Amino acid sequence: MAEAILDVQGLTRRFGGVVAVNDVSLSLAPGEIVGLIGPNGAGKTTLVNLITGFLPKTAGTVRFEGRDISAAAPHLIARQGIARTFQIVQPFSEMTVFENVLAGAIFSGRNGGHAAAVTMAHECLEFTGLDSHAGYLASELSLANRKHLELAKSLAMRPRLLFLDEVNAGLNTGELDAALALIRNIAARGVTIVIIEHLLKIIASLVSRIIVLHHGAKLSEGRPADVLRDPTVIKAYIGNKFAQRFAQTESANEATEEGRPSP
Amino acid sequence: MKTQQRTWTIAFGAALVLATIGFGVTANNFLLQAGTTLAMYVALAYAWNIVGGYMGYPSFGTAAFFGFGCYAGAIAQNAGAPMWLAWPAAALGGAIFSAVLGRILLGMRGHYFAIGTIAVVEVMREVSNNWEALTAGATGLNLPIVAGSPREVGMLFFFVMTAFAGFALLLTLLIARSKFGFGLRCIKQNEQAASMVGIGVLRYKVAAFVVSCALMSATGAIYASMVAFINPDDAFNILMSISVPVIVTLGGAGLVLGPLVGAVIYMVLDNFVWINFINYHSAVLGVIIIAVIYFIPQGVVREFVKRGSVLLRRDTAKAA
Amino acid sequence: MLAQYIINGLLIGSLYACLAVGFSLVWGVLNIINMLHGAFVVLGAYIVIFGVQSFGGSPILWTGAACVVLFAIGYVIQLGLINKVVAAPIFITFTLTFGMDLLAQNLMINVFTATPRSLTIGYGSLQIAGLSLSVARLIAMGFALLLTGLLYWLLKHSSIGRAIVAVRMDRHAATLLGLDVPRIYAVTFGIGALMAAAGGGAMAMAFPITPVLDGTFLGKAFVICVLGGLGSVPGALIGGLVLGLLESFGAVTLGSQWSATVGFVIMLAILVFRPAGIAGRSGFE
Repeated sequence: MAEAILDVQGLTRRFGGVVAVNDVSLSLAPGEIVGLIGPNGAGKTTLVNLITGFLPKTAGTVRFEGRDISAAAPHLIARQGIARTFQIVQPFSEMTVFENVLAGAIFSGRNGGHAAAVTMAHECLEFTGLDSHAGYLASELSLANRKHLELAKSLAMRPRLLFLDEVNAGLNTGELDAALALIRNIAARGVTIVIIEHLLKIIASLVSRIIVLHHGAKLSEGRPADVLRDPTVIKAYIGNKFAQRFAQTESANEATEEGRPSP
Repeated sequence: MKTQQRTWTIAFGAALVLATIGFGVTANNFLLQAGTTLAMYVALAYAWNIVGGYMGYPSFGTAAFFGFGCYAGAIAQNAGAPMWLAWPAAALGGAIFSAVLGRILLGMRGHYFAIGTIAVVEVMREVSNNWEALTAGATGLNLPIVAGSPREVGMLFFFVMTAFAGFALLLTLLIARSKFGFGLRCIKQNEQAASMVGIGVLRYKVAAFVVSCALMSATGAIYASMVAFINPDDAFNILMSISVPVIVTLGGAGLVLGPLVGAVIYMVLDNFVWINFINYHSAVLGVIIIAVIYFIPQGVVREFVKRGSVLLRRDTAKAA
Repeated sequence: MLAQYIINGLLIGSLYACLAVGFSLVWGVLNIINMLHGAFVVLGAYIVIFGVQSFGGSPILWTGAACVVLFAIGYVIQLGLINKVVAAPIFITFTLTFGMDLLAQNLMINVFTATPRSLTIGYGSLQIAGLSLSVARLIAMGFALLLTGLLYWLLKHSSIGRAIVAVRMDRHAATLLGLDVPRIYAVTFGIGALMAAAGGGAMAMAFPITPVLDGTFLGKAFVICVLGGLGSVPGALIGGLVLGLLESFGAVTLGSQWSATVGFVIMLAILVFRPAGIAGRSGFE
């Protein structure tokens, strides 16, 4: 088995009396797309903040590509090849779209010289469909485009591991399809992706593995089909109605694959 | 930068240099003084612009580092150092002092950073007033007087100060077009996002602060050598801490030409007011400040650009 | 002797609290550092001094008059000038009010001259339990505390007070609830000026006044806000008392010339280590 690209052991974060992340361990294989789900307040974003260095850890270790990054500052972690988007987008508002993406290309230090960074920025803009908006100020973009900008900025950093924090919130159906296609494209290039999502239908169709967080601890982990039928997960988060619908769809899919008539 | 723009810029710069030299050799003593004071404010404005304009941290601590430079230069010269050695020494001292102070101050945001910097000015003035062994307290320090006729000395300091102001301008140009300057602008927009893309935010902030304060300290040391006498009230004057940011705002913060334009306009207004309204000098200054904030908060240069001029363009880090 | 220093500190501290509470309120609610505040204090003090000296009557009555005048001035300034920039970056509002302060201070120096003026209230001092208490200062302290208490009651129990607190907590939500935010801002700023006048009047009862004190009072207001937290009356009270005590002990241990510096150094220390202040409430950053 290939060595894990990310290895988290016993990660914990306490704020005063509250335990936001409770002894979470996980391991990511290179090239995986993993879903991170759970109710609001479960600690998903906090977990990402801990791994990417934006929050100090109370306990636990994080190893990336074999190197210990537990105590590293966020900008150094970024330069090693981990990028993340923010749940509430954080653009450089009064700079142009191009400059936003160029910042990712330049400061990650992973693109060679200035000229190479500029080329990379243009590529990422094209890839996310923002090239026609390159001269606009970030503050002038629609929400969907701002989410794409956040993505383009992260991609310009040539990440090997990408955390997507609710990139699809607030998008309509058409925009969602485009976003999903984009994510699949990114994964096809070999980037390991962790995607935090509430839209379960999307997660199920996108990821190979799901991790469920609840009250800061890992509740369940496994293939989508297994996790989304897990009674503890159903009770804590997804509810019976969705579970039944999901189970039906899964059975229909399995039946189609085996050539049987569906129940 | 487009070739046409580059040619215009070089031509403009050359014209400026020639005009300055011409002024320096032909002007009378009074005009030389005025010109030197203008150059001093240009230098301070450029220094402030790095931290206050590009990086977005509006410091009110200009007087603290200017005053530090005054005293550092004075003490060095009184200990025997020649003035052209005292000036870089003061700059170095200012750099070290601001590196230490910077790590403390730059962790504060918004309002707190502003008052923190004011507090530093106040504390330094009081310390200078009371630490008589080092600073001779409120009576002030004398510096060795420069040999030569008033005209010669006047010309000397005029050229020194304008050269230094020119240096500050060139340094700003360098920063504006560099990765460092790009990083500062990202920090101004959003520190968390800046961290995310790989900018070492604290390091950048302290570096910018150190450069800015070193420039201010050097300016103070030159000033001290020129006037040959300093005391705490002159060196740590809160009015300077306010007028320098206003100058940059007037011209346009975060621009290469903003500080220069702002300083020229401000000095012209200030002299006009001084001559005509001496009893109401600070009142009229107050009104000028109010007018600037109200009517041209983006600065004169940006207003000018908005009206379609091509000559003065904001530098960015992107390729043409 | 220790008790004497403590009493001195508390006496002056309550005066400080009164003159700072308006500044703290404006900062906390409008997110504006009002550099004009010191000028308001001095102006209030002068109204009282000239009123008493020219027309006679009790200083307390004249302070009341000063409060009314300054409320009106503050209200008009806020509505007319500052409202336009209330949402601007701090640098803008800071510099704007500084420019206004330059104007005000210059005008006051020209009109009132820089000669210190004081109310001669010859009440002498009380001797209680070995402690010497200046009666004038006691009256000033009592008056200052009374007005501060009134403000606290106003914010807690009157409808305008509740409106102000609502705006402080969430300006947008307040608008959605139908509150006229610009008017509330103007009232708040007016109250800030009013409390400054009250503080000035109290000061005038105990100390000589010159326009140059403009900056000094402002500096104290800064320190008190950082010590006690923003936008709260109890915070300003705590901050004022603590500052008074610090200065009292500072004067004794280091010499009176250092007492102002002590305040600033402590303020810097708090900004570094605990920006929310001693009272622990986080204000606007």
